[in-house]
Amino acid sequence: MSEQPNSSYPKPKLVPVPSTNIIPERDIDKRPILECRHLGVDFGGLTAVDDFNMAIGRTEIAGLIGPNGAGKTTVFNLLTRVYQPTRGTVMIDGRDTAGKSTAQVSHMGVARTFQNIRLFGNLTVEDNVKVGLHERVKYSALSGVLRLPSYWRREREAHERALELLSIFDMQDMADHQAGSLPYGAQRRLEIVRALATGPSLLLLDEPAAGMNPSETAELMNNIRKIRDTFQIAIMLIEHDMNLVMGVCEGICVLNFGRIIAKGTPDDIQANPAVIEAYLGKRKEAQ
Amino acid sequence: MNRLRTMKPAARQNLISYTLVTAAYLVIRLLQGQGMLSRSIQGQLVPICCYIVMALSLNLVVGISGELSLGHAGFMSVGAFSGVAAAVSLESGGVGSPAVRLVAAMAVGAVLAAAAGFIVGVPALRLQGDYLAIVTLAFGQIIVNILQCVYLGVDAGGLHFNFLDAELHMEGGVSIISGPKGTVSVTKIASFTAGFLLILVALAVVQNLVNSRAGRAIMATRDNRIATASVGINSTKYRLMAFVVAAALAGAAGALYGLNYSSVAPSKFDYNTSILVLVFVVLGGLGNMWGSIVAAAFLTALPETPAMRGLADYRMLVYAVVLILVMLGTNNPSVQSFLNGKLRRKKRRKEGAVK
Repeated sequence: MSEQPNSSYPKPKLVPVPSTNIIPERDIDKRPILECRHLGVDFGGLTAVDDFNMAIGRTEIAGLIGPNGAGKTTVFNLLTRVYQPTRGTVMIDGRDTAGKSTAQVSHMGVARTFQNIRLFGNLTVEDNVKVGLHERVKYSALSGVLRLPSYWRREREAHERALELLSIFDMQDMADHQAGSLPYGAQRRLEIVRALATGPSLLLLDEPAAGMNPSETAELMNNIRKIRDTFQIAIMLIEHDMNLVMGVCEGICVLNFGRIIAKGTPDDIQANPAVIEAYLGKRKEAQ
Repeated sequence: MNRLRTMKPAARQNLISYTLVTAAYLVIRLLQGQGMLSRSIQGQLVPICCYIVMALSLNLVVGISGELSLGHAGFMSVGAFSGVAAAVSLESGGVGSPAVRLVAAMAVGAVLAAAAGFIVGVPALRLQGDYLAIVTLAFGQIIVNILQCVYLGVDAGGLHFNFLDAELHMEGGVSIISGPKGTVSVTKIASFTAGFLLILVALAVVQNLVNSRAGRAIMATRDNRIATASVGINSTKYRLMAFVVAAALAGAAGALYGLNYSSVAPSKFDYNTSILVLVFVVLGGLGNMWGSIVAAAFLTALPETPAMRGLADYRMLVYAVVLILVMLGTNNPSVQSFLNGKLRRKKRRKEGAVK
């Protein structure tokens, strides 16, 4: 054995392993529902998100904030595989999402809403929720066409569950309305209901309070907590309304130019000079 | 009447469609019994049924699934030629009952057209919008050109097939498909009642599919693909399902059509026929099943009436203009707001009356 055996591990470039992830203490014994490691994406030559490391606890309400164009929605699109990451991994409940489609990531337990509302505008409110129940209440297309007993049984089940989910936001009376004709706030709430219908363990909310007045926002805050408590799921939200973020989030992550500049509790974030600088700019040096 | 008003819109649509078709069938049967139908209209009854089924199935693709398909007549031709082949071989095999042969022909036509739909759909449905329209358009042209080269006959030894060459090496037997001439010397076994039943089946398939889990997934994909994926639905699967089901129904309609004439040439199923069916769907309203039925019946029968016969040569021209006007009108904001305003005023008047 004079020759050096060829190792299958070439000489490595050493990278730091993130140990800065934070989750609530009550979730520490359980595997985090979401874990991102060195997540990054380039569009052409532009790096939209880089070295994004984050973990979310099982029952955490986490916030992702940052100035406009910081890459918050891009992070959501990376988590749900609407975009394919250039670097890094996303683990949902310890399972890697590499190579999965958006639909498969949904099967792994991730549901989301959209910043620019994406409802099925021509369907009724109830049918929107039933589309969300697609993978939960199943029967074959053939038994649907032939109206077999399983069709009637499953449809009734879907109907009941849809109304039950709509009742979270007191929307059961609107069940027969066309989704596209609802007022803006109701459309945002319906998107949340549709996302919940998929039975997620992680719910991603993209600016849930956009366009809402202060009293609606206060109600939304209560509802976000209520959803977490009833369904015992983790929620991650992007929001510009600081009252909502500081009021409801347990852990907050601040993004600026695609990079995390701060992590911590609401109090930490409010006192963090880097965050204040990102939002308000640097004070000019005194002449 | 009150119950009709409180019904869900989908259920009301279904009811209107079934009632409309059944009533029309009964009225025509009655008129036929009284000898009040002209010969030319009587001759149009089966083609009208075929075109209604074509319109219903294309509406599933264009209206429900939201994809523009310009080659729907291609699936009809697959159904027509395979259906006729099945019926003639059964006849020479000694199956006497025309009803059995007709049903078998429609089943064979549906299955083969569905297979064609699957083969075309798998690669084509990777595309969207205009690109998909171009591929389906090409399919419609290709299938006609292929069928013009097909020679098929049947004798005691079974089916004989040849491509491009008319020589079939048969001992006796009959020729079924003869290249550019298409189907030859077919026993006409298609009947109005069969057409009526096929419409009912097509209606039931389309409407039951639309109002089921799969149908909601198809419509969700049409309304917003990213949101559909985000709730865990594989959109491609459901787009393909709509496409294949529509192809199967078109195949069954084609088989009925083929068995209504002693001879049908492949060129009958060219681009013009695909556009004709698209005109029915657009005029009847995208996603509106009874609209498709009315438009298909009306526009097939109208050119045959004595008053309109002089204009028959300008038919496609008129349809093209009408199609352009409808598309412009429905996409024009000022026309839309005008129509919406009228509707709203009507609604308000109604509500006022209630108060």
